[in-house]
Amino acid sequence: MAKSAEGTNSDAIELLDLTDKPTIDYKQISSDGLWTKNAALAQLLGLCPLLAVSGTVVNALGLGLATMLVLTSSNLIVSLIRHQVNDTIRLPVFVMIIAALTTCVELLMQAFAYELYQILGIFIPLIVTNCIILGRADAFASKNLPLVAALDGFMMGAGFALVLVALGVIREILGLGTLFANMELLLPFAANWEIIIISDYSGFLLAILPPGAFIGLGLLIALKNNIDDNRAQRKAAREDVPVAGSKRVRVTGNIS
Amino acid sequence: MNNENLTKPVSRNGLLLGLFAVITVGLVVLTFTVSEDRIIEQQRRAKEKALFELIPEQAMDNVLLEDTLPIDSRDLLADGSSDLAYIARKDGEVVGVILPVMSTEGYSGKIGLIVGINKDASLAGVRILSHKETPGLGDKVDLNKSDWLLDFDGKSLQQPTLDSWNVKKDGGEFDQLTGATITPRAIVKAVRKALVYFSEHKELLAKKPSPTPTTTEKAGD
Repeated sequence: MAKSAEGTNSDAIELLDLTDKPTIDYKQISSDGLWTKNAALAQLLGLCPLLAVSGTVVNALGLGLATMLVLTSSNLIVSLIRHQVNDTIRLPVFVMIIAALTTCVELLMQAFAYELYQILGIFIPLIVTNCIILGRADAFASKNLPLVAALDGFMMGAGFALVLVALGVIREILGLGTLFANMELLLPFAANWEIIIISDYSGFLLAILPPGAFIGLGLLIALKNNIDDNRAQRKAAREDVPVAGSKRVRVTGNIS
Repeated sequence: MNNENLTKPVSRNGLLLGLFAVITVGLVVLTFTVSEDRIIEQQRRAKEKALFELIPEQAMDNVLLEDTLPIDSRDLLADGSSDLAYIARKDGEVVGVILPVMSTEGYSGKIGLIVGINKDASLAGVRILSHKETPGLGDKVDLNKSDWLLDFDGKSLQQPTLDSWNVKKDGGEFDQLTGATITPRAIVKAVRKALVYFSEHKELLAKKPSPTPTTTEKAGD
C-alpha cells in the first residue's frame, strides 16, 4: 500500500514537468520508460512479481510480456476515455479497466500458453495490483493523447520486461547453469533454444531463491547508477575542458 | 439517455461507473467466450500429456480421460481426498492403470503423484504432479531436476521384494538424495502403497468399462 502511494506521488511530480512541455517528445518518452525512469530500476515499482518470477528467462519473459500488454492497452483505453470520466470516479474506472484487461490476458494465456500459465500462477492476476499500471494510467495516460499514452505504456512495460529478463538470465545461469530452458512453453518454435552453460551443474540455491533476486536486482540498480554517473562525469568533463583551457590562457595572459 | 434528469452529479457519476462496469464485464465475457473451448482443450491436453508419459498413447485404444474409476482409499490418498484412477485398455483388455497417490509424509506439504502400473503389476512409471519440497534438495525428485524418479520404471513388488521397498538408509534398495532422505522415503512408500493397492484390487480395476462421468474441472488442479 505504502509503495503504491509512493509510486503515484513520484509519478505526480514527474507529471508536472511533462505536461508543462508544449510538444510531445517521443524520444524522451522512450528513454524515460526504458532507462531514465525505468519502472524497476529507477522507480522500484512492481517488485513483488519482479522478484518472484525471475528465476528463469521463460518465466520472466512471460510475465514481462503480459505486463507490457496490460500496460499498453490500459494506457490507451484510459487515454481514450479521459474526457468522459471526472476526478471523482477516475480511479474506480481505471481499476475496472485494468482488472478487466488483466483477466483477458489471463484467459488468453490459459488458452495459448497453458503450461506457462500454470507456472506463473498467481502472478498473472496480480498484475492488477502492479503499481506501475495504475501509476501510469493516472499520471500519464489520463493527461495525454491516446497514441502518446500507448507509446508510454509500451515503453514503460518494455523497460520492466527487460529488467525481468535480465534478472532471469542472471538467475538462470547462476542457479541452474542453463539459459533459455523450456522456452517452448512461451514460443512453440523455440524448443531447441536451451543452452547448457555449465554441464553437470549442481545448482546454486541462493540464486534460485528470492534472496538471489534481491541481490541480482541490487546489482542491476548499482550498474545503472554507475553507468549514469560515468555518463554524467564524461558529459561534465566534455563541457569543462574548453572552459578550463581558456581560463588557463587568460590567467597566464592576465598575470603577465 | 436523458441528460436533464441527471442534474445531480452523484447519479451521473453512478451511471457512468455502472456503464463502465458493464463495458468491462462485457469485455471479459467476450474474451472468455472466445477462449473457453481452447482453454478446456488445453487443460485436457495437459492432463493427458502427463498420463501418456506413463502409458504411451499407442498402447491403448480407449479414451483414457473418460475411462476412470473413483478412488477414495485412505491407503492411496493419505489426506482423505478423492481422485480418479485412469484405466488404459486395448481391445477391451486392461493394459495398465494409472493410480493417483497423495503422500503426506514429505518434508513440507503434500506430494501428489500418479503411478502407472502395467497389467503384469510392474511399474510403467511414476510422475509427481505437485509438491512443495525444498528447492535444491528435496525437489530433485522432480523429473525436471534429476532422473531419480526414473529408477522406479519396471520395478514391481517382486523386484525388489517388499522388504527392499525402502531407501538405502532404511535398508532398502532405492537411493536417497544427497541432503534429503525424507522426500525420497515418502515417495518410495507412496509407490509401494500403489503397487500393494493394485495387487489387492485387481478385480475392481479390471472390471468391464462402465461409463463414469468425467469431471472436467479436476483438470485444472
